[in-house]
Amino acid sequence: MADFGYSLVKSGKTDLDTAGNALARSVSEAEPGFNLCIACGCCVATCSAGRFTNFGFRELIHRIKRGEEKLMIAEAEKCMLCGKCTLVCPRNINTRNIVLLIRKHAIIKGL
Amino acid sequence: MKYDPFVLPFISGMAFVLIVVIGKWTIWFKGLPFSDKKKFLNGLFSRKFIYASREVVSESMLHRKVFRSNFWLGYMHMSLAFGWFLLIVAGNLETRWYSHGTINPPWYPIFFEFFVHDLKELPYRRFFVFAMDFLLLFVLSGLFIAIYKRYRSGFVGMKKTTRQKTIDKLALTSLWMIFPLRLLAESFNAGLYDTGGFLTNTLGHYFARFLPLELLRYPAWLAYSIALGTFFVSMPFTRYMHILTEIFLIFLRRFGIREKQAHSTFTDVELNACSRCGICIDKCQLSSDLEINNIQPAYFLRDLRDRKPDLFKTETCLICGRCNTSCPVGIENTNIRLNERSIHQFFSANAYEYIGKQEVKNGKVAFFAGCMGHLNPLTIKAMLTLFEKAGVEFTFVDENGSICCGRPLKLSGNFMAAGNLVAKNKDLIRESKAEILVTTCPICYKMFRDDYRLDIPVYHHSEYLLKLVEENKLDPGFSPSTVVFHDPCDLGRGSGIYEQPRRLIARSYSLVEADHKKKDSLCCGGSLGITALSGENRKTLTEATIASLTLNHPEIIATACPLCKKTFAGQADVRVADIAELLLEAVDHKPADHKATSVAMHKPADCLEEVEI
Amino acid sequence: MDKTVAVVGGGVAGLAAAAALNQLGYRVLLYEKEAFTGGNVRNWDRLFPKARNAREVVDELASSLTGLTEIATGTFVNSVKSTDGLFEIESSGRPAYADAVLLTTGFELFDARKKEEYGYGIFENVITSADLEKMFASSGKPLMADGSEPKKVAFIHCVGSRDEKVNKPYCSKVCCVTAVKQAVEVREALPECEVYNFYMDLRMFGTGYEQLYKEAQVKGVNFIRGRLSEANETRTHQVMIKAEDTLVSRPLQITVDLVVLMVGMSPAGSTMTILKSLGLLGNEDGFAGIANAHTGSTLTLKKGVFVAGACSGPANITDSVNEARAAALRIHQYLGGV
Repeated sequence: MADFGYSLVKSGKTDLDTAGNALARSVSEAEPGFNLCIACGCCVATCSAGRFTNFGFRELIHRIKRGEEKLMIAEAEKCMLCGKCTLVCPRNINTRNIVLLIRKHAIIKGL
Repeated sequence: MKYDPFVLPFISGMAFVLIVVIGKWTIWFKGLPFSDKKKFLNGLFSRKFIYASREVVSESMLHRKVFRSNFWLGYMHMSLAFGWFLLIVAGNLETRWYSHGTINPPWYPIFFEFFVHDLKELPYRRFFVFAMDFLLLFVLSGLFIAIYKRYRSGFVGMKKTTRQKTIDKLALTSLWMIFPLRLLAESFNAGLYDTGGFLTNTLGHYFARFLPLELLRYPAWLAYSIALGTFFVSMPFTRYMHILTEIFLIFLRRFGIREKQAHSTFTDVELNACSRCGICIDKCQLSSDLEINNIQPAYFLRDLRDRKPDLFKTETCLICGRCNTSCPVGIENTNIRLNERSIHQFFSANAYEYIGKQEVKNGKVAFFAGCMGHLNPLTIKAMLTLFEKAGVEFTFVDENGSICCGRPLKLSGNFMAAGNLVAKNKDLIRESKAEILVTTCPICYKMFRDDYRLDIPVYHHSEYLLKLVEENKLDPGFSPSTVVFHDPCDLGRGSGIYEQPRRLIARSYSLVEADHKKKDSLCCGGSLGITALSGENRKTLTEATIASLTLNHPEIIATACPLCKKTFAGQADVRVADIAELLLEAVDHKPADHKATSVAMHKPADCLEEVEI
Repeated sequence: MDKTVAVVGGGVAGLAAAAALNQLGYRVLLYEKEAFTGGNVRNWDRLFPKARNAREVVDELASSLTGLTEIATGTFVNSVKSTDGLFEIESSGRPAYADAVLLTTGFELFDARKKEEYGYGIFENVITSADLEKMFASSGKPLMADGSEPKKVAFIHCVGSRDEKVNKPYCSKVCCVTAVKQAVEVREALPECEVYNFYMDLRMFGTGYEQLYKEAQVKGVNFIRGRLSEANETRTHQVMIKAEDTLVSRPLQITVDLVVLMVGMSPAGSTMTILKSLGLLGNEDGFAGIANAHTGSTLTLKKGVFVAGACSGPANITDSVNEARAAALRIHQYLGGV
């Protein structure tokens, strides 16, 4: 391919006009708590997995809401399901079920 | 004359069920792994055989466990099973007695009185006749309860009775017909030939007044034979298969065969051994508190047996184990459910490769607080202080945060991923060079004990603290506060530890009991075994459990699980504390004359009860 | 006119209401369970947004009472019974009758021990906002348990507010601005001390609040958007806290010398007891229920029973005092004065 001295730079911008929302819809239908996050970050602060790797439940669900489905489905696998985040969530969000639903959606849809 | 064509339905039914049962037993046995087959063969020639036989009598015949859970239900099962069995034995004895010991065809004792009318000559005849009538009445009384229960299930205490399919209804109807038809046939006989006792003779002579007994006698015996035959043929396709499978299961279980990490033919035996008595439905908190009435083992196992597993049913279970401890047949309900969940793996085996090698300090005792333990700093602080006071050389393995033990993953069926975490933690524990492992979390404890195969002993802190106190390394005083102990599911039913925490509390506090205690204790509502349960539903469970715990108005609810503690603390009006906190307080505030009281409070009790999950 | 109004609770709302009722010519029976009037404000040192002395506010309100108010301090009201428009007040003192009742029972501070993972009552250098006010009042600066000056202080917002885990799903309104005020005060008292405020949202709704927030930024207070998940004590009795720095999406931990928990407002226990004795209900959060949020915030569903201040939900002093005066007017209408 000819090099014209510049390349296409993928924009970091979220485009909600084109972003996919199938995963967010399927998860929030099964678990309404998906929409209750107030982004306090307690879940990330307490996360057992977060001590070893870059992983956070808050970011996970917000990115899914912004359409980053494929990436986040892979990301969700880092969760150990230990349940600490459920115990600290001030909105009582069923975090474990949400992670499982994300993974289930992935397996069922073959992603 | 020893034969008549009317016995054919009975003969063919019996032949059919015998062939099927022997076939099934063979297939099940053949499907067992080699180690289990060996266990079975060894078991046949050991003392275990006697224990198993004893259990067959007490459970398959007398239904002791059903009795314990519900008297009328127990009576119903016993009168049908044991009564029928005695009826067969007595019938056989009578026939043998009559025919001077010669071996008779199998139908002969069943329909004896059809063939033989000159019973007046038989010595001790009155005894046999009385016995046969009495036993028939006994069975009929059980049958009466069974029929009554079907229409008014509240009567025998069971809130819910299991739902039926067509084949079940056929089997049920034929079973219900058997004994009334026998009563009729024998009464007609007695009316004609005076062959009966207090029941059949009386009825027979009454019928003789207005019924053409000569005409009715043969059809009655034929109907009795057809009812028996129909019941036998339907047996392998219905829950009545349990009658013949339960015995096999008891032997397998007594010989040490258990559920593995996947379904096997042992699972098939368990599935077929379920009589759907419904005790699990009554015991299930999802049923009693949340009106979820279709997921209990009676239904879940039936679906599995019919090869129609239902994902909702599989996933909807607290894994609290109340159905296990109450099951009269001893089916490992929760293990079967976890294995069924494991058919779908949502996490891959290498999901946690990002966890690198971890640093750990050495120590004689490895202390593991667990993920949720870190949200209970009071418990951790109490444990560390108690270790120091007792002069224990310890290392806090997960001081800076834990790698999850893997049980939450296992509870969701993700066995592969759980295995990955098990390996990581095993390295950590080995690295610490500890001689024993102590954890304050029953969830971790159960996982360490059952799935880790560690080469060092594992203690739950209730066991370990009691040991320190009993070795006089800690000297707690006496407090007048009343304390109730909540049995965490994975500690009590899951690991068989009921007495150690109670003994520890009773040394320093006055222990009161909950409405539901020990094997019958309730789930706190925080269960990790279920994921799709709403916060409101969990709250309902927690409220019910707190109500049970506060029955005797304790000042403190003690528990020994970080999850139970957190779950209660948000909702209870009384103080909720871990046993470690309470022990530390008792050690710190020790009045001078504590010894006399603490000795008086110390009750000897055996520590290890049978593990049920 | 010789009518009596019973005012239950001698905090700022109770004092303001009693004074207003006196001016309208009513006799007031003012009940206060503590030995002194002034309520929670009495325990505060200085007030947002302009650092006014709290005692000054209490004294000003108390001094406007006339001889028509009879104050019963150290008196706990157990129940109020209504018969034919007359209210019988049963208390730890002598029984009394009134023509109308005003509840100004206020709030209690959230018991921070209920958030065990924050370490209050477990770790010696974890204190509450109320504890810090006492320190300011007694020594003018925050101090660690061993008496030394902290070099790093963390303020934790929303302790016992916006937290369903402790059955406090509501916002307590005043903790944000209090935390900012206290952060500024720490920076002023100990200029070398680093201050970190851990918040979820900064709800700077009142006049002068946003300016106070800006002042804090100018004075070098660090604001981190993330809620504390747990605290741990180090071997040197410092406190290690964990939160997510949500603005950069990364977990964060920091070791500080002193943690200040901004405890929220919980309903006072006496509010529900008295409401129940009158056959009235609390709202979903356990505060006193009001007739409606827009035009009936001082009315209850029972004629002759009025509410004002934080007993019907978190409120600052300004709103409590205004509501108390509005309630006085409503009572005046009810008793036929208008």
